[in-house]
Amino acid sequence: MLLSVDGLCKTYASFPNPPVQVLHDVSFGLDAGQALGLVGESGSGKSTIAKCLMALTRPEQGSITYDGTDVVRARGADLLRFRRDVQMVFQDPYGSLNPRMTVEELVGEGLLVHRLEPTPAARRDRVAEILRTVGLNPDDRGRYPRSFSGGQRQRIAIARALAVQPRILVCDEPVAALDVSVQAQVINLLQDMQRQFGLAILFIAHDLAVVRHLCERIVVLHKGRVVEQGTRAEIFGSPREAYTRALLDAVPVPDPAVGRARRRQLQHQS
Amino acid sequence: MHMDRTFQGSPTPGPNATTLARAVGLTVDMPVQLGASSVRIVDGVDFAIGVGERVALVGESGSGKSVTARALMRLDRAARVSGRVEFAGRDLLALSEREMTQVRGGDIAMVFQDPMSFLDPLMTIGDQVAETLRIRGVGKADARRRALAVLDELRVDRAAERLDAYPHEFSGGMRQRVVLAMALVGEPRLLIADEPTTALDVRVQDQVLDLLDDVSARRGLAVLFITHDLGVVAGFAERVMVMYSGRIVEDGSVDSVFARPRHPYTRGLIKAVPRIDQDLDRLYAIPGAPPPPFARPTGCAFHPRCDAAFAPCLRDVPAVLPVEGGRAACHLHASQGA
Repeated sequence: MLLSVDGLCKTYASFPNPPVQVLHDVSFGLDAGQALGLVGESGSGKSTIAKCLMALTRPEQGSITYDGTDVVRARGADLLRFRRDVQMVFQDPYGSLNPRMTVEELVGEGLLVHRLEPTPAARRDRVAEILRTVGLNPDDRGRYPRSFSGGQRQRIAIARALAVQPRILVCDEPVAALDVSVQAQVINLLQDMQRQFGLAILFIAHDLAVVRHLCERIVVLHKGRVVEQGTRAEIFGSPREAYTRALLDAVPVPDPAVGRARRRQLQHQS
Repeated sequence: MHMDRTFQGSPTPGPNATTLARAVGLTVDMPVQLGASSVRIVDGVDFAIGVGERVALVGESGSGKSVTARALMRLDRAARVSGRVEFAGRDLLALSEREMTQVRGGDIAMVFQDPMSFLDPLMTIGDQVAETLRIRGVGKADARRRALAVLDELRVDRAAERLDAYPHEFSGGMRQRVVLAMALVGEPRLLIADEPTTALDVRVQDQVLDLLDDVSARRGLAVLFITHDLGVVAGFAERVMVMYSGRIVEDGSVDSVFARPRHPYTRGLIKAVPRIDQDLDRLYAIPGAPPPPFARPTGCAFHPRCDAAFAPCLRDVPAVLPVEGGRAACHLHASQGA
């Protein structure tokens, strides 16, 4: 197992109210090259898990083990290696790219930080190569994020993450802010990257249809607890928990007959 | 100045419906900041909504769907709106601002995506729902009584106690019900719902849709549901209009649009939605991105992304022509005489 999360607990202060425990004993594992979906509604703790994973906040209990290293207590070289191997793509491609940096600077920054390509010429080549990989034109490397559409910006964010050759990509709602016609492009790109580079993906999303498409394993969260986890076939084919079934039932299906049947069913219940 | 508009006859609502609202050649120009020039956001749109009809207006960011809806209520003061907007036989664009104030929240009401930024955090729920009526001169006790009735109708638990609560004490779904109550308390005949469920979790979205479904059926309320997500409206709408780059490209009954989409853009949108009930190896993706309104391609605005584009598509804006089950603006159909 490449990454294993065991017994994670996290509490946030909420003065003057009592502290709120947002994660209760959360455990799951991610294998190399696997796409794992972390699904839940708002308040389920999925983004807090991402923050703990990226070592942006500390859980009070539990451990996160990456390739034999305890990430929660890692320092120095171990932490630096972890920060290179695990990269993140955020939801908002408008807020997550520095507007004053060119595409080349954005994508090349990790190479500089981790001293991966020492010469400027080598860095340029590497940036051009990665831009081509994610479907962007290397001639655009001198442009700024503002001149790109949302979908292209998300490609830039993915290129930036992939430049340092990570083993895990943590994606927090990466397509939630994109137009429907562009969402599919980004999901296909993530799938290609997973297959091409053997990249493991931790895909955090509320959209179960997207998760079904991309992820082989799924962890369902509710109020900071793992309510169910299993393979795609288990979760979508025969969910064990009522909560999972309720989540699945509520996902709209783009088929009028199915949608109307759903509405009738609800009216029956109420 | 008249564009070569080739709409066939005047727009009609779906079958079996009497026209409630109608837009003819609706065009909206927005001034660009710091400049005298303007951008055409909505480019000559025709449509009609029937009494009690549920119509979805589907489009992506920059398609002009929200601007179209806001133009019906004349909400954007800076916008230059031309064409005709009729409601129950009256030309709304010809009304004075004072008359228009009576229409807003009266005949036509609107709900928006983000309930928290719409609600006043310092005002009680009861006062906010009653405000629409108070503005119209309804007495305090009467307005409060009617506010309570609407909250009950929207299945807000313990509504009587919660009239004196503040928005922060409500969950996201409950806040959306309050916003809906504010819109419905004036007993509108048309409700414009602009992405009302986009910010909500799926289970809450499902409940709000169910509520809208219920209220619309019980009150005979027409709903114009604006969304970017075809999946959301499949079970709710009777008719679907698809907008792309400021124009309506397809309009038809929900069944015919989903079963036989005529415009390649509609076809692509339907195919691009990942489905919870299917396994696919690869998602269909429409290449490129929607154009911004200031860079609308010539001819059919969709042509740079269309795999069926041919010479006329680059040159001429396709006319909106009748097809079986609705109408579509695509040269493929024009050339086939369909």
